[in-house]
Amino acid sequence: MTDHIETDVVIIGAGPVGLFAVFELGLLDIKCHLIDILPKVGGQCAELYPEKPIYDIPGFPMVTGQGLVDNLMAQIEPFNPTFHLNEMVESLESIGTPEAPLFRVRTSENGTTFVCKSVIIAAGGGSFQPKKPPIDNIEAYEGTSVFYAVRKMEMFRGKKVLIVGGGDSALDWTVNLQPIAKRLTLLHRRDAFRAAPHTVEKMRSLVASGDMDLHLGQVSAIKGDNHVLEGAVIRKDDGSEHLVDCDVMLPFFGLTMKLGPIADWGLNLHENLVPVDTEKFETNVPGIFAIGDINTYPGKLKLILSGFHEGALAAQKVHRYVYPEKKLLFQYTTSSTSLQKKLGVAA
Amino acid sequence: MGVIHVTDRAGQRHTLDAIEGWRVMEIIRDWGLPIEGLCGGACECATCHVFVAEEWMDKLFPPTDEEEDQLDTVVTKPSSRLSCQILWTPELDGLEVTLAPTGD
Repeated sequence: MTDHIETDVVIIGAGPVGLFAVFELGLLDIKCHLIDILPKVGGQCAELYPEKPIYDIPGFPMVTGQGLVDNLMAQIEPFNPTFHLNEMVESLESIGTPEAPLFRVRTSENGTTFVCKSVIIAAGGGSFQPKKPPIDNIEAYEGTSVFYAVRKMEMFRGKKVLIVGGGDSALDWTVNLQPIAKRLTLLHRRDAFRAAPHTVEKMRSLVASGDMDLHLGQVSAIKGDNHVLEGAVIRKDDGSEHLVDCDVMLPFFGLTMKLGPIADWGLNLHENLVPVDTEKFETNVPGIFAIGDINTYPGKLKLILSGFHEGALAAQKVHRYVYPEKKLLFQYTTSSTSLQKKLGVAA
Repeated sequence: MGVIHVTDRAGQRHTLDAIEGWRVMEIIRDWGLPIEGLCGGACECATCHVFVAEEWMDKLFPPTDEEEDQLDTVVTKPSSRLSCQILWTPELDGLEVTLAPTGD
Protein backbone atom coordinates (compact mmCIF):
# COMPACT_ATOMS: atom_id res chain seq x y z
CA MET A 1 0.00 0.00 0.00
CA THR A 2 1.65 3.19 -1.10
CA ASP A 3 -1.17 5.59 -1.81
CA HIS A 4 -3.42 5.87 1.18
CA ILE A 5 -4.74 8.40 3.67
CA GLU A 6 -3.69 7.95 7.28
CA THR A 7 -6.03 9.34 9.89
CA ASP A 8 -7.25 8.62 13.41
CA VAL A 9 -10.86 7.83 12.59
CA VAL A 10 -12.96 7.20 9.51
CA ILE A 11 -16.63 8.06 10.00
CA ILE A 12 -18.95 6.29 7.59
CA GLY A 13 -21.94 8.51 6.97
CA ALA A 14 -22.12 12.30 7.08
CA GLY A 15 -25.61 12.62 8.55
CA PRO A 16 -26.31 14.63 11.70
CA VAL A 17 -24.90 11.94 14.01
CA GLY A 18 -21.70 11.47 11.99
CA LEU A 19 -21.23 15.24 11.89
CA PHE A 20 -21.64 15.66 15.63
CA ALA A 21 -19.17 12.83 16.25
CA VAL A 22 -16.57 15.06 14.57
CA PHE A 23 -17.18 17.60 17.33
CA GLU A 24 -16.85 15.13 20.19
CA LEU A 25 -13.73 13.57 18.65
CA GLY A 26 -12.28 16.99 17.88
CA LEU A 27 -12.47 18.07 21.52
CA LEU A 28 -10.30 15.06 22.27
CA ASP A 29 -7.77 15.98 19.54
CA ILE A 30 -8.87 13.15 17.30
CA LYS A 31 -8.79 13.79 13.56
CA CYS A 32 -11.28 12.29 11.18
CA HIS A 33 -12.36 11.80 7.61
CA LEU A 34 -16.01 11.33 6.70
CA ILE A 35 -17.29 9.29 3.77
CA ASP A 36 -20.79 9.54 2.33
CA ILE A 37 -22.42 8.11 -0.76
CA LEU A 38 -24.48 11.26 -1.31
CA PRO A 39 -23.00 14.29 -3.08
CA LYS A 40 -23.82 16.43 -0.03
CA VAL A 41 -23.58 16.22 3.75
CA GLY A 42 -26.59 15.80 6.04
CA GLY A 43 -27.84 12.29 5.27
CA GLN A 44 -31.59 11.79 5.56
CA CYS A 45 -32.04 15.29 7.03
CA ALA A 46 -30.72 16.86 3.84
CA GLU A 47 -31.89 14.26 1.34
CA LEU A 48 -35.33 13.23 2.57
CA TYR A 49 -36.65 16.14 4.59
CA PRO A 50 -34.54 19.32 4.24
CA GLU A 51 -37.62 21.55 4.61
CA LYS A 52 -39.41 19.51 7.29
CA PRO A 53 -39.46 21.02 10.76
CA ILE A 54 -37.93 18.91 13.54
CA TYR A 55 -39.20 19.63 17.05
CA ASP A 56 -37.20 17.29 19.27
CA ILE A 57 -33.64 18.55 19.02
CA PRO A 58 -32.66 19.78 22.50
CA GLY A 59 -32.40 23.56 22.57
CA PHE A 60 -34.21 24.03 19.27
CA PRO A 61 -37.98 24.44 19.60
CA MET A 62 -38.01 24.03 15.82
CA VAL A 63 -35.31 23.48 13.24
CA THR A 64 -35.55 22.19 9.67
CA GLY A 65 -33.54 19.19 8.51
CA GLN A 66 -31.25 21.41 6.46
CA GLY A 67 -31.08 24.01 9.24
CA LEU A 68 -29.81 21.38 11.66
CA VAL A 69 -27.19 20.21 9.17
CA ASP A 70 -26.02 23.78 8.53
CA ASN A 71 -25.67 24.40 12.26
CA LEU A 72 -23.73 21.17 12.78
CA MET A 73 -21.38 22.11 9.93
CA ALA A 74 -20.75 25.46 11.62
CA GLN A 75 -20.21 23.74 14.96
CA ILE A 76 -17.55 21.32 13.64
CA GLU A 77 -15.80 23.85 11.44
CA PRO A 78 -12.93 24.41 13.94
CA PHE A 79 -11.97 20.74 13.57
CA ASN A 80 -11.57 20.89 9.83
CA PRO A 81 -12.81 17.41 8.97
CA THR A 82 -12.22 16.10 5.45
CA PHE A 83 -15.25 14.96 3.50
CA HIS A 84 -15.25 12.31 0.82
CA LEU A 85 -18.65 12.65 -0.81
CA ASN A 86 -20.12 10.58 -3.61
CA GLU A 87 -18.14 7.62 -2.34
CA MET A 88 -19.32 4.38 -0.81
CA VAL A 89 -17.22 2.31 1.56
CA GLU A 90 -16.76 -0.98 -0.21
CA SER A 91 -14.49 -2.85 2.18
CA LEU A 92 -13.35 -2.61 5.76
CA GLU A 93 -10.58 -4.94 6.91
CA SER A 94 -8.94 -5.24 10.25
CA ILE A 95 -5.14 -5.12 10.02
CA GLY A 96 -4.37 -4.60 13.71
CA THR A 97 -5.00 -6.43 16.96
CA PRO A 98 -7.89 -6.18 19.45
CA GLU A 99 -5.58 -4.21 21.77
CA ALA A 100 -4.25 -1.92 19.06
CA PRO A 101 -6.89 -1.89 16.32
CA LEU A 102 -5.98 -0.70 12.85
CA PHE A 103 -8.22 -0.76 9.83
CA ARG A 104 -7.98 -0.44 6.09
CA VAL A 105 -11.04 1.17 4.55
CA ARG A 106 -11.61 1.30 0.79
CA THR A 107 -14.22 3.22 -1.16
CA SER A 108 -15.64 2.29 -4.52
CA GLU A 109 -15.88 5.27 -6.88
CA ASN A 110 -12.42 6.82 -6.62
CA GLY A 111 -10.95 3.84 -4.85
CA THR A 112 -9.63 5.93 -1.95
CA THR A 113 -7.87 3.88 0.73
CA PHE A 114 -7.68 4.91 4.36
CA VAL A 115 -5.69 3.47 7.24
CA CYS A 116 -7.15 4.42 10.62
CA LYS A 117 -7.22 3.41 14.26
CA SER A 118 -10.99 3.40 14.67
CA VAL A 119 -14.04 3.34 12.45
CA ILE A 120 -17.34 4.89 13.42
CA ILE A 121 -20.31 3.66 11.44
CA ALA A 122 -22.96 6.38 11.42
CA ALA A 123 -24.75 5.11 8.35
CA GLY A 124 -28.37 5.61 9.41
CA GLY A 125 -30.59 3.34 7.35
CA GLY A 126 -27.66 2.35 5.13
CA SER A 127 -26.53 3.87 1.87
CA PHE A 128 -28.82 5.86 -0.38
CA GLN A 129 -29.31 4.08 -3.66
CA PRO A 130 -31.67 4.56 -6.59
CA LYS A 131 -35.12 3.12 -5.97
CA LYS A 132 -35.65 0.25 -8.38
CA PRO A 133 -39.12 -0.31 -9.78
CA PRO A 134 -40.53 -3.76 -9.07
CA ILE A 135 -40.52 -5.01 -12.67
CA ASP A 136 -39.89 -8.68 -13.39
CA ASN A 137 -36.41 -9.43 -14.67
CA ILE A 138 -35.28 -5.79 -14.66
CA GLU A 139 -31.89 -6.84 -13.20
CA ALA A 140 -31.05 -8.63 -16.46
CA TYR A 141 -31.10 -5.28 -18.26
CA GLU A 142 -29.35 -3.11 -15.68
CA GLY A 143 -26.13 -1.62 -16.99
CA THR A 144 -26.92 -2.55 -20.59
CA SER A 145 -30.38 -1.12 -21.29
CA VAL A 146 -31.67 0.07 -17.92
CA PHE A 147 -29.85 2.88 -16.11
CA TYR A 148 -30.68 4.68 -12.87
CA ALA A 149 -28.36 7.60 -13.59
CA VAL A 150 -26.90 9.27 -16.65
CA ARG A 151 -23.12 9.27 -16.59
CA LYS A 152 -22.37 9.95 -20.26
CA MET A 153 -25.06 11.53 -22.40
CA GLU A 154 -23.38 10.28 -25.58
CA MET A 155 -24.43 6.74 -24.69
CA PHE A 156 -27.97 7.71 -25.58
CA ARG A 157 -27.34 9.33 -28.96
CA GLY A 158 -29.54 7.83 -31.65
CA LYS A 159 -31.37 5.62 -29.14
CA LYS A 160 -35.05 5.23 -28.45
CA VAL A 161 -35.12 6.38 -24.86
CA LEU A 162 -37.89 5.79 -22.31
CA ILE A 163 -37.67 7.97 -19.20
CA VAL A 164 -39.92 7.06 -16.28
CA GLY A 165 -40.81 9.46 -13.49
CA GLY A 166 -42.15 12.94 -12.82
CA GLY A 167 -39.53 14.67 -10.69
CA ASP A 168 -36.58 16.91 -11.45
CA SER A 169 -34.25 14.12 -12.62
CA ALA A 170 -36.84 12.71 -15.02
CA LEU A 171 -37.71 16.10 -16.46
CA ASP A 172 -34.12 17.41 -16.64
CA TRP A 173 -32.94 14.35 -18.52
CA THR A 174 -36.00 14.46 -20.76
CA VAL A 175 -35.12 17.91 -22.06
CA ASN A 176 -31.38 17.18 -22.12
CA LEU A 177 -31.56 13.86 -23.96
CA GLN A 178 -34.41 14.73 -26.33
CA PRO A 179 -32.13 16.52 -28.85
CA ILE A 180 -29.74 13.55 -29.20
CA ALA A 181 -32.16 10.63 -28.81
CA LYS A 182 -33.72 9.05 -31.86
CA ARG A 183 -37.04 9.27 -30.06
CA LEU A 184 -37.73 10.18 -26.48
CA THR A 185 -40.73 9.03 -24.49
CA LEU A 186 -41.55 10.25 -21.00
CA LEU A 187 -43.79 8.07 -18.88
CA HIS A 188 -45.38 9.26 -15.65
CA ARG A 189 -48.26 7.99 -13.56
CA ARG A 190 -50.25 11.23 -13.70
CA ASP A 191 -50.33 14.48 -15.62
CA ALA A 192 -48.66 16.49 -12.87
CA PHE A 193 -44.92 16.96 -12.38
CA ARG A 194 -42.96 18.10 -9.36
CA ALA A 195 -40.08 19.67 -11.21
CA ALA A 196 -38.86 23.15 -12.06
CA PRO A 197 -41.76 24.87 -13.89
CA HIS A 198 -39.65 26.00 -16.84
CA THR A 199 -38.44 22.43 -17.42
CA VAL A 200 -42.01 21.15 -17.31
CA GLU A 201 -43.00 23.88 -19.79
CA LYS A 202 -40.14 22.96 -22.10
CA MET A 203 -41.23 19.31 -22.01
CA ARG A 204 -44.83 20.27 -22.75
CA SER A 205 -43.77 22.33 -25.76
CA LEU A 206 -41.68 19.43 -27.10
CA VAL A 207 -44.75 17.22 -26.80
CA ALA A 208 -46.95 19.83 -28.49
CA SER A 209 -44.54 20.15 -31.41
CA GLY A 210 -44.44 16.39 -31.82
CA ASP A 211 -40.74 16.11 -30.94
CA MET A 212 -41.28 13.70 -28.09
CA ASP A 213 -44.02 11.56 -26.55
CA LEU A 214 -45.64 11.75 -23.15
CA HIS A 215 -47.52 8.73 -21.82
CA LEU A 216 -49.45 8.44 -18.59
CA GLY A 217 -49.25 5.07 -16.89
CA GLN A 218 -46.83 2.58 -15.38
CA VAL A 219 -44.37 0.07 -16.75
CA SER A 220 -45.92 -3.35 -16.11
CA ALA A 221 -43.33 -5.43 -17.96
CA ILE A 222 -40.27 -5.07 -20.16
CA LYS A 223 -39.51 -7.03 -23.32
CA GLY A 224 -36.21 -7.85 -24.86
CA ASP A 225 -33.62 -10.46 -25.47
CA ASN A 226 -30.20 -11.16 -24.04
CA HIS A 227 -29.96 -8.00 -21.90
CA VAL A 228 -31.05 -5.85 -24.85
CA LEU A 229 -34.29 -3.99 -24.32
CA GLU A 230 -36.85 -3.87 -27.11
CA GLY A 231 -39.87 -2.35 -25.47
CA ALA A 232 -41.86 -1.66 -22.35
CA VAL A 233 -45.46 -2.57 -21.66
CA ILE A 234 -47.31 0.45 -20.34
CA ARG A 235 -50.38 -0.05 -18.18
CA LYS A 236 -52.81 2.82 -17.85
CA ASP A 237 -55.05 3.45 -14.87
CA ASP A 238 -58.02 1.99 -16.74
CA GLY A 239 -56.13 -1.30 -17.01
CA SER A 240 -55.43 -1.11 -20.75
CA GLU A 241 -51.92 -1.90 -21.91
CA HIS A 242 -49.78 -0.95 -24.87
CA LEU A 243 -46.18 -1.41 -25.94
CA VAL A 244 -43.65 1.42 -26.28
CA ASP A 245 -40.58 0.71 -28.42
CA CYS A 246 -37.37 1.55 -26.63
CA ASP A 247 -33.67 0.63 -26.56
CA VAL A 248 -33.02 2.09 -23.13
CA MET A 249 -35.08 2.82 -20.07
CA LEU A 250 -34.15 5.36 -17.39
CA PRO A 251 -36.32 5.01 -14.26
CA PHE A 252 -36.00 8.05 -11.96
CA PHE A 253 -37.87 7.08 -8.82
CA GLY A 254 -35.71 8.84 -6.28
CA LEU A 255 -33.52 7.26 -3.63
CA THR A 256 -34.02 4.68 -0.92
CA MET A 257 -31.68 3.22 1.69
CA LYS A 258 -30.03 -0.19 1.57
CA LEU A 259 -27.66 -1.71 4.10
CA GLY A 260 -25.15 -2.41 1.33
CA PRO A 261 -21.60 -3.66 1.95
CA ILE A 262 -21.83 -3.24 5.76
CA ALA A 263 -23.18 -6.78 5.81
CA ASP A 264 -19.79 -8.08 4.61
CA TRP A 265 -17.54 -6.54 7.24
CA GLY A 266 -17.65 -9.32 9.81
CA LEU A 267 -19.94 -7.44 12.17
CA ASN A 268 -22.74 -9.08 14.08
CA LEU A 269 -26.05 -7.97 12.62
CA HIS A 270 -29.55 -8.11 14.00
CA GLU A 271 -32.31 -7.36 11.47
CA ASN A 272 -29.99 -5.15 9.43
CA LEU A 273 -28.86 -3.24 12.52
CA VAL A 274 -25.50 -3.40 14.27
CA PRO A 275 -25.65 -4.45 17.95
CA VAL A 276 -23.46 -2.37 20.27
CA ASP A 277 -22.86 -2.06 24.00
CA THR A 278 -24.26 1.02 25.74
CA GLU A 279 -21.05 2.08 27.44
CA LYS A 280 -18.87 2.64 24.37
CA PHE A 281 -21.22 1.91 21.45
CA GLU A 282 -18.61 -0.48 20.14
CA THR A 283 -19.50 -3.41 17.89
CA ASN A 284 -18.28 -6.99 18.28
CA VAL A 285 -15.08 -5.86 16.55
CA PRO A 286 -12.90 -3.75 18.88
CA GLY A 287 -12.24 -0.36 17.27
CA ILE A 288 -15.39 -0.38 15.15
CA PHE A 289 -18.22 1.67 16.62
CA ALA A 290 -21.80 2.16 15.45
CA ILE A 291 -23.87 5.20 16.38
CA GLY A 292 -27.23 6.61 15.32
CA ASP A 293 -30.03 4.78 13.52
CA ILE A 294 -27.76 1.96 12.31
CA ASN A 295 -27.14 0.52 15.79
CA THR A 296 -29.33 -1.43 18.19
CA TYR A 297 -29.28 -2.12 21.92
CA PRO A 298 -31.93 -2.70 24.58
CA GLY A 299 -34.12 0.39 24.75
CA LYS A 300 -32.75 1.95 21.57
CA LEU A 301 -34.73 4.91 20.26
CA LYS A 302 -34.05 6.07 16.71
CA LEU A 303 -33.78 9.73 17.61
CA ILE A 304 -31.14 12.17 16.45
CA LEU A 305 -30.50 13.17 20.07
CA SER A 306 -29.71 9.54 20.99
CA GLY A 307 -27.12 9.49 18.21
CA PHE A 308 -25.45 12.60 19.62
CA HIS A 309 -25.12 10.95 23.03
CA GLU A 310 -23.79 7.76 21.47
CA GLY A 311 -21.12 9.72 19.59
CA ALA A 312 -19.93 11.43 22.77
CA LEU A 313 -19.49 8.13 24.58
CA ALA A 314 -17.87 6.37 21.63
CA ALA A 315 -15.33 9.21 21.41
CA GLN A 316 -14.13 8.41 24.94
CA LYS A 317 -13.17 4.87 23.93
CA VAL A 318 -11.75 5.96 20.58
CA HIS A 319 -9.39 8.22 22.56
CA ARG A 320 -7.92 5.13 24.24
CA TYR A 321 -7.15 3.58 20.87
CA VAL A 322 -5.74 6.76 19.35
CA TYR A 323 -3.75 7.89 22.42
CA PRO A 324 -3.13 4.71 24.45
CA GLU A 325 -0.55 6.47 26.65
CA LYS A 326 -2.64 9.54 27.46
CA LYS A 327 -4.97 9.84 30.40
CA LEU A 328 -8.23 11.45 29.38
CA LEU A 329 -9.27 14.44 31.46
CA PHE A 330 -12.99 15.15 31.40
CA GLN A 331 -13.62 18.84 30.72
CA TYR A 332 -16.42 21.27 29.93
CA THR A 333 -16.43 23.72 27.04
CA THR A 334 -17.77 26.39 29.41
CA SER A 335 -14.72 26.36 31.64
CA SER A 336 -11.80 24.65 29.92
CA THR A 337 -9.35 27.01 28.25
CA SER A 338 -7.81 24.13 26.35
CA LEU A 339 -11.17 23.12 24.86
CA GLN A 340 -11.92 26.75 24.06
CA LYS A 341 -8.59 27.02 22.24
CA LYS A 342 -9.53 24.04 20.10
CA LEU A 343 -12.83 25.73 19.30
CA GLY A 344 -11.03 28.96 18.46
CA VAL A 345 -12.96 30.92 21.09
CA ALA A 346 -10.38 31.28 23.88
CA ALA A 347 -10.03 34.81 25.17
CA MET B 1 -61.08 -1.23 18.94
CA GLY B 2 -61.20 -2.91 15.60
CA VAL B 3 -58.96 -4.63 13.10
CA ILE B 4 -57.25 -4.18 9.77
CA HIS B 5 -56.52 -6.96 7.30
CA VAL B 6 -53.11 -6.91 5.68
CA THR B 7 -52.04 -9.19 2.86
CA ASP B 8 -48.26 -9.58 2.80
CA ARG B 9 -46.06 -9.94 -0.28
CA ALA B 10 -46.32 -13.73 -0.11
CA GLY B 11 -50.10 -13.44 -0.35
CA GLN B 12 -50.84 -14.33 3.27
CA ARG B 13 -53.62 -12.35 4.94
CA HIS B 14 -53.10 -11.14 8.53
CA THR B 15 -55.74 -9.67 10.81
CA LEU B 16 -54.22 -7.07 13.11
CA ASP B 17 -55.75 -5.28 16.09
CA ALA B 18 -55.84 -1.61 15.27
CA ILE B 19 -55.38 1.32 17.63
CA GLU B 20 -57.25 4.57 17.19
CA GLY B 21 -54.97 7.47 16.33
CA TRP B 22 -52.20 5.23 14.98
CA ARG B 23 -51.24 5.41 11.35
CA VAL B 24 -51.88 2.23 9.40
CA MET B 25 -48.12 2.05 8.68
CA GLU B 26 -47.43 2.09 12.42
CA ILE B 27 -49.97 -0.66 13.10
CA ILE B 28 -48.46 -2.86 10.39
CA ARG B 29 -44.90 -2.21 11.59
CA ASP B 30 -45.81 -2.74 15.23
CA TRP B 31 -47.13 -6.20 14.36
CA GLY B 32 -43.81 -7.02 12.74
CA LEU B 33 -44.93 -7.29 9.14
CA PRO B 34 -42.27 -6.25 6.61
CA ILE B 35 -43.03 -2.60 5.98
CA GLU B 36 -40.07 -0.28 5.93
CA GLY B 37 -41.39 3.18 6.83
CA LEU B 38 -37.91 4.59 6.35
CA CYS B 39 -38.73 8.26 6.97
CA GLY B 40 -40.80 7.47 10.05
CA GLY B 41 -44.13 8.65 8.70
CA ALA B 42 -43.07 12.06 7.37
CA CYS B 43 -44.48 11.35 3.88
CA GLU B 44 -40.98 11.52 2.46
CA CYS B 45 -40.05 8.05 1.20
CA ALA B 46 -42.97 5.92 -0.08
CA THR B 47 -41.59 2.77 1.55
CA CYS B 48 -44.97 2.19 3.27
CA HIS B 49 -46.81 1.92 -0.06
CA VAL B 50 -49.94 -0.26 0.05
CA PHE B 51 -52.82 -1.12 -2.24
CA VAL B 52 -56.20 -0.44 -0.63
CA ALA B 53 -59.11 -2.75 -1.44
CA GLU B 54 -61.50 -1.06 -3.82
CA GLU B 55 -64.48 -0.96 -1.45
CA TRP B 56 -62.37 1.03 1.05
CA MET B 57 -60.96 3.65 -1.32
CA ASP B 58 -63.88 6.08 -0.91
CA LYS B 59 -63.82 5.82 2.88
CA LEU B 60 -60.33 7.32 3.14
CA PHE B 61 -59.41 10.96 3.03
CA PRO B 62 -58.06 11.61 -0.45
CA PRO B 63 -54.27 11.84 -0.77
CA THR B 64 -52.63 15.24 -0.29
CA ASP B 65 -50.39 16.72 -2.98
CA GLU B 66 -47.45 15.71 -0.83
CA GLU B 67 -48.60 12.08 -0.82
CA GLU B 68 -49.17 12.18 -4.60
CA ASP B 69 -45.61 13.47 -5.04
CA GLN B 70 -44.27 10.54 -3.07
CA LEU B 71 -46.46 8.06 -4.94
CA ASP B 72 -44.65 9.31 -8.06
CA THR B 73 -41.58 7.47 -6.80
CA VAL B 74 -43.09 3.97 -6.84
CA VAL B 75 -44.99 1.86 -9.35
CA THR B 76 -48.60 2.56 -8.46
CA LYS B 77 -52.06 1.22 -9.16
CA PRO B 78 -55.22 3.32 -8.89
CA SER B 79 -55.59 1.85 -5.39
CA SER B 80 -52.13 2.99 -4.21
CA ARG B 81 -51.80 4.88 -0.93
CA LEU B 82 -49.05 5.53 1.58
CA SER B 83 -50.08 3.78 4.76
CA CYS B 84 -48.37 6.43 6.91
CA GLN B 85 -50.96 8.89 5.65
CA ILE B 86 -53.96 6.82 6.76
CA LEU B 87 -54.86 7.57 10.35
CA TRP B 88 -56.85 4.66 11.78
CA THR B 89 -60.28 5.48 13.22
CA PRO B 90 -63.09 3.07 14.18
CA GLU B 91 -64.77 3.86 10.83
CA LEU B 92 -61.88 1.98 9.25
CA ASP B 93 -62.62 -1.24 11.18
CA GLY B 94 -61.98 -4.06 8.73
CA LEU B 95 -59.81 -1.98 6.37
CA GLU B 96 -58.22 -4.24 3.79
CA VAL B 97 -54.77 -3.44 2.38
CA THR B 98 -52.02 -5.28 0.51
CA LEU B 99 -48.31 -4.51 0.89
CA ALA B 100 -46.99 -3.23 -2.44
CA PRO B 101 -43.94 -4.97 -3.89
CA THR B 102 -40.52 -3.40 -3.37
CA GLY B 103 -37.87 -3.17 -6.07
CA ASP B 104 -35.32 -5.50 -4.48
